[in-house]
Amino acid sequence: MTGGPILTEFLQIMLLLGAAPLFIGWVRTLKCWAQSRDTAGVFQPYRDLARLFTKDVVLAENASWIFRFTPYLVFGTAILAGGIVPMLSTDLPLGLSADVIVLVGLFAISRFFTALAGMDIGTAFGGMGSSREMMVASLAEPAMLMAIFTVSLADKSTSLSHIAEVAFSSQALLKPSLAFAFLAFVLITLAETGRIPVDNPSTHLELTMLHEAMILEYSGRHLALIEWAGMMKLFLFMALGSALFFPWGIDKSGDLSGILLAGGLLTIKLGVAGVVLVLIETGLAKMRLFRLTEFLGSAFLMATLGMLSFFILE
Amino acid sequence: MTMLGDALIAALGTDARFEPGQCPSSVICCTVSREKFAEAARAMKKSYALLAAEWAVDESAFGRGFSVYACYRWGREYLIVRSGLPADDPQFPSITKRYLPAYRFERQMHSLMGVVPAGHPDLRPWIKFEDWPRDVYPLRKSFDPSKPMQRIKGEYQWSRAEGEGVYEIPVGPVHAGIIEPGHFRFQAVGEMVINLEERLGYVHKGIEKRFEALSWKDGARLAGRVSGDTTVAHGIAYCIALESMTGCSVPLRAHWIRALLLERERIANHLGDIGAICNDAAFAFMLYQLSRLRELLLRTNHRLFGHRLTMDRVIPGGVSVDIDVSGRAEIQAELAEISRDFEKLVTVYDESSSLEDRVRDTGVLKPEKARELCVVGIVARASGMNLDCRIFNPFPPYDEYDRLELDVPVKVTGDVHARAWVRVEEVRESIRIIRYILENMPEGPISTECGLPSPEATGFSAVEGWRGEIIYWLQAGPKGEINRCMVRDPSSVNWLGLEQAIPGNIVPDFPLCNKSFNQSYSGHDL
Repeated sequence: MTGGPILTEFLQIMLLLGAAPLFIGWVRTLKCWAQSRDTAGVFQPYRDLARLFTKDVVLAENASWIFRFTPYLVFGTAILAGGIVPMLSTDLPLGLSADVIVLVGLFAISRFFTALAGMDIGTAFGGMGSSREMMVASLAEPAMLMAIFTVSLADKSTSLSHIAEVAFSSQALLKPSLAFAFLAFVLITLAETGRIPVDNPSTHLELTMLHEAMILEYSGRHLALIEWAGMMKLFLFMALGSALFFPWGIDKSGDLSGILLAGGLLTIKLGVAGVVLVLIETGLAKMRLFRLTEFLGSAFLMATLGMLSFFILE
Repeated sequence: MTMLGDALIAALGTDARFEPGQCPSSVICCTVSREKFAEAARAMKKSYALLAAEWAVDESAFGRGFSVYACYRWGREYLIVRSGLPADDPQFPSITKRYLPAYRFERQMHSLMGVVPAGHPDLRPWIKFEDWPRDVYPLRKSFDPSKPMQRIKGEYQWSRAEGEGVYEIPVGPVHAGIIEPGHFRFQAVGEMVINLEERLGYVHKGIEKRFEALSWKDGARLAGRVSGDTTVAHGIAYCIALESMTGCSVPLRAHWIRALLLERERIANHLGDIGAICNDAAFAFMLYQLSRLRELLLRTNHRLFGHRLTMDRVIPGGVSVDIDVSGRAEIQAELAEISRDFEKLVTVYDESSSLEDRVRDTGVLKPEKARELCVVGIVARASGMNLDCRIFNPFPPYDEYDRLELDVPVKVTGDVHARAWVRVEEVRESIRIIRYILENMPEGPISTECGLPSPEATGFSAVEGWRGEIIYWLQAGPKGEINRCMVRDPSSVNWLGLEQAIPGNIVPDFPLCNKSFNQSYSGHDL
């Protein structure tokens, strides 16, 4: 039985919307266990989102259209990105029109507008957060592109679907260039998704925030959309990592049984990724802000090493 | 004669008169004319004394005007210098140029009592709000606290920094966490803080004024509420000052139980603080584990003494709770568990390099600066000052040297790590002291009748709470009532230490530094 590629595309986006809160719930549950605490359950993020959606929006008097428009833009780009990254199947109509550089661009647009929105209402924290976020972005984006170029060199394409297909079928899974690119990717993921040791997603201390400082003034459905998009971003990075480096089981034909198998494998992969993430987050304190340059610099270095080793060894 | 007394005589000669009536007899009170008030400060500075407190008293009940007092400390000596001021011209020479902590003491005296420190560089109101009428002074006897305060339009003048790339970050007074209110204004270039200005007073409750309307016995209850997390130490400090005035001799066992409660309070707060410091570096594991240990201790408190923080268990003349054999066994078992888990957690703290990277060299309060600011307690001991009332001004039962000996940790780096580590070692020491107390506590009654002080007597006490030295100075009026109760929480001086430790740090490190100081807003604002 075969569903059309459009159906696959639809399934993927539904999966992203539905499972992103579950994944963050899983990470939080694991974190509680790691610190021997009681948990609120893996479904707490859904309840949080539902609560935010029922609340009224409190808008600053001098908020411009940028501030009101940003949550929808951020949410929209996250969904679009979900149409590009092969999570279940590589047979994606959108995947043909947009490659990995577009993906990085989508994240950049959403970040750009969030930073603008942070400065829009003119609070001290918003501007502070925007400036920090831009500092991180200026270091993380080149490293991210570098890591992805390394992978695309190995697989001779910048189309994510193509990369995943080639990587899946190629026998030499342990290429040194990919190992370096993977290390770089892990560091970038921590920075891009605002996890410890780069940012602390659960802090209430405004002065230490990076991402949260920009969105402090958001409330109600606006905040819900931004939070949801944040969850999707984490989910997407995990899915992207799995598509680039561990693409086993991703369906190629749009076959329903293949998609189901891909879904099952993705669950396992994400479950393991959550464990790794929590181990990193529990074992490390947050870095001093200016250590970030070293951290992201080493991500860039890893990616560059990956590229060099591709030309030298492969 | 004492060393400080001699120095004062040497500098001022016959201008200095020793006052009788100051209790306990180990503390000397000396009257100088108001012109010589600053000269006395100079003499004290030359003898390396530190300023412990400065305050003003409305002595109209005695048929006089105002008095200003300055209390100096050197080693184990305390010396109080007093100057009388006429009611129609309450001016005195400021000692801020000699002693930095007087900067805030004098602003506070000026705002609340209306005495004028001549030559003070900055007389903006402190604690008093800008929308209170200028000529209303709540601590004066003529002020009626039962009427609501009138409101006027006023604005607080902040210090400013200007230049390219300088921007301001106002934080508070309402914060995101469950903490007290206080305003912090940063001037920063990029992420580098070039100036921090604190603005406190948001939890001003008029406690010092309230004391004057209470009986001596109820005063002990109010003292226990000056700063909730230090309720035992404040209670003890008030009671010791009162007992020194009435000549009450507290039973030995009561002293030992007070020490037991005091050390338990110290452990509970230090456990919470060490965890909170780690949590501000996003190392949440330590916070949850240490909070668990703290909770254990508080629950034992509740079972044995009927209150988690043991509030109101210290009363004038003794204590209101006793401990029996089964209670002793319970505390010993609890301490064994706390001590075992605590050591494991300290190892985690000590061996986590990413945490180490955050806490070392952050928020440094240099020893020379700490000395200049006359900071006390944990903050002082982390910056190389060997100060502890339990050793240098021993109140019972710590004064019995051969019986309750203690070892106080002193670090010299003055950073967040030093302040955390001083706490770690104090927890160990307090656990040891509690075990010793439980083994060797004398038998006997736990309280005695305290009695009332004679009119015009004054009492003084200094007690080492978990934050540091707490000072109480009590004065009985002509009818034997409370005429003035001066409270000097360690926060009154240590907040200035935080303000001075921050410039040069980056903005996102402030919460970590602040947590390592963890001063009380309530104890400061009174």
